[in-house]
Amino acid sequence: MIRAGAPVLLEVRDLRAKVSGIEILKGMNLTIRAGEIHAIMGPNGSGKSTFAKVLSGHPDYTVTAGTTLLDGKSIFELPPEERARAGLFLGFQYPVEIPGVANAQFLRLTYNTIQGAHGKDELDPLEFDDFVREKMKLLEMDPAFLDRSVNEGFSGGEKKRNEILQMALLEPKLAFLDETDSGLDIDALRIVAGGVNTLANANNAVVLVTHYQRLLNYIIPDYVHVMEGGRILKTGGKDLALELESRGYDWVAAAVAS
Amino acid sequence: MTTVPNAYLSSVLSGEAAAWPLGRFNAAGPLGWFHQLRADAFERASALTVPTVRDEDWRFTDLSPLYRLAFRPSRAGGMVSGATIASLSLPETTTRLVFVDGQFNAALSTPALTGNVIVAPLAGAVSDYAAIIRARLGQIAPIERDAFRAINTTYLNDGAFVFAGRNASHPSPIHVLNIATQAEAAIHNRMLVIAEAGAKLTVIEDYVALGDRVYCVNAVTEVDVADNAKVRLIKLQREGSQAFHLSASAARVQQAGQYRSNTISLGARISRETIGIELAGPGAGCELDGLTLINGRQLADTHSFIDHRAPHCTSRQLHKCVAGDTAHAVFNGRILVRQDAQQTNSAQESRNLLLSPRAHVDTKPQLEILADDVKCSHGATVGQLDEEEMFYLRSRGLPESQARNLLTYAFAAAIVDRIGIPTLVDRLHQAVMEQTRTKDSL
Repeated sequence: MIRAGAPVLLEVRDLRAKVSGIEILKGMNLTIRAGEIHAIMGPNGSGKSTFAKVLSGHPDYTVTAGTTLLDGKSIFELPPEERARAGLFLGFQYPVEIPGVANAQFLRLTYNTIQGAHGKDELDPLEFDDFVREKMKLLEMDPAFLDRSVNEGFSGGEKKRNEILQMALLEPKLAFLDETDSGLDIDALRIVAGGVNTLANANNAVVLVTHYQRLLNYIIPDYVHVMEGGRILKTGGKDLALELESRGYDWVAAAVAS
Repeated sequence: MTTVPNAYLSSVLSGEAAAWPLGRFNAAGPLGWFHQLRADAFERASALTVPTVRDEDWRFTDLSPLYRLAFRPSRAGGMVSGATIASLSLPETTTRLVFVDGQFNAALSTPALTGNVIVAPLAGAVSDYAAIIRARLGQIAPIERDAFRAINTTYLNDGAFVFAGRNASHPSPIHVLNIATQAEAAIHNRMLVIAEAGAKLTVIEDYVALGDRVYCVNAVTEVDVADNAKVRLIKLQREGSQAFHLSASAARVQQAGQYRSNTISLGARISRETIGIELAGPGAGCELDGLTLINGRQLADTHSFIDHRAPHCTSRQLHKCVAGDTAHAVFNGRILVRQDAQQTNSAQESRNLLLSPRAHVDTKPQLEILADDVKCSHGATVGQLDEEEMFYLRSRGLPESQARNLLTYAFAAAIVDRIGIPTLVDRLHQAVMEQTRTKDSL
């Protein structure tokens, strides 16, 4: 929902970043206000996932220029955990499996860490169990996933549901969902999208990084951005996604060049 | 030949050990074969030398601290309270043999002598089940070239006997609890596990100590897995911090039999697990999961040998070491695929984590393939925690130190989880938690 006077949650200015010495982001600019849903689309290698990782502080990526303010505060001095506590959430394209750590234990630990950072009450295992089971209903997740190791042996769809479950628990100000739709069948897509729609509200914002327009039938974006060559080439409304679906990406670059 | 004065060897091979086979040796009696086994072992032990770092198999494991000490054979009368047993017993098990300093304790044990399953002390079983035992005892773990096995066999007068007849199974895991209580004792635990065709057994071989004394456990376990039988051996080594633990476990697996082991090494100042698996019949398989979790000045050595002797056999092995402080972990995993062992499928992985700059690990997977139609993989990593896992946890708000602790715990706990006995898994998780916490973050 676009509201002119809504507070700015994320302000990215002229951001440049490298991985292994190669510049991937070449002057990103993006402003996101509370209540908005943004989609970032673009061909492979355009820098979409890099942008998500740079924002969340992945150690392989080096910021070489530009600024990024989350809620008015610069984030690049902060380690990943402090960005998370400041309200940034990254839904992973490939959620990491952690054999040996029970999902319930992991979820409670992250929940309590974020609660603690906000001066709120932490939950003991029993309280948390009730709480998380309620949240799992939102994503139609079987409570059996609490007892298994984090993401270990989960299907692609189950991993993505587990990501959105974390988003539901941590209640971030800005959720960056990196190809959350990839590997999902139509039922899982509907469930995951329903979860995101429930969690999106006037005080937070969601960024969907996706290749396909399909997801945007379920989560209607306020803005669609086309990324290529490490920057945003074009920004439009939800109809832009449909146009990209039918015409591909090449015309965008051609139009910008002419 | 060792020319160094060896207090250990002279102490364990003098006195009682020397007196028993010679003094009461009776080749003509009903237990003549058993007496002969011991007498032969004594002769072998006297002729063999104990290994030193000059032996390839022991090059990283210097036993000289052991050899400098004199031990006496453990005595009966070690005191273990009912409360101690209660704290060590597992609700999932109903059958338990307790050995205190290697001596069977009938009052604390609940043997099984039902139907086709026998769980009983070996001392009586050698008479009652002579034919079954004679064909296996000392045959699966031969003594010819191993001084410690020969010494163990010299002292063989009791142990655990676990037997499941054809197609028999025991409803719960069998707990063999070995408790050390005496200082300066040489304890010679022995176990013989036999699963006849189609039988199923799970055995927990558990070593613990009361108090923190210097003693030496020299244990031998033999496992015979007949056609289509399944045996699972869960070995827990939780000896005292000044103890020595030398263990040989040998399994022979016949056609389509399955052997699975979980070996968890947490205790002892110096420990050595020598594991030998013989895949003797077509379609036999083994799965070995190992965890060494040590710190302080501990040294823990695991040497395994999987011998693929028959076609269509599978083996899978995952061994993990976590070493902190100045601890030293050793893993040597040898896999031999003999010429006749076509269609072998074998995978071996050694993963190691060092928690301090002065901790040390020596790992050596060894694959020797003489057959031409096989699928084998092996690998070893020594290192740091997975970067992507670290980032994942930190991106969820966990500080670096906490993420590191959690992943270190998980690295070890993933092996513990494979044991699958809830109470035991919970207790070991506690132990893993305590050992993997770094001091700065708590």
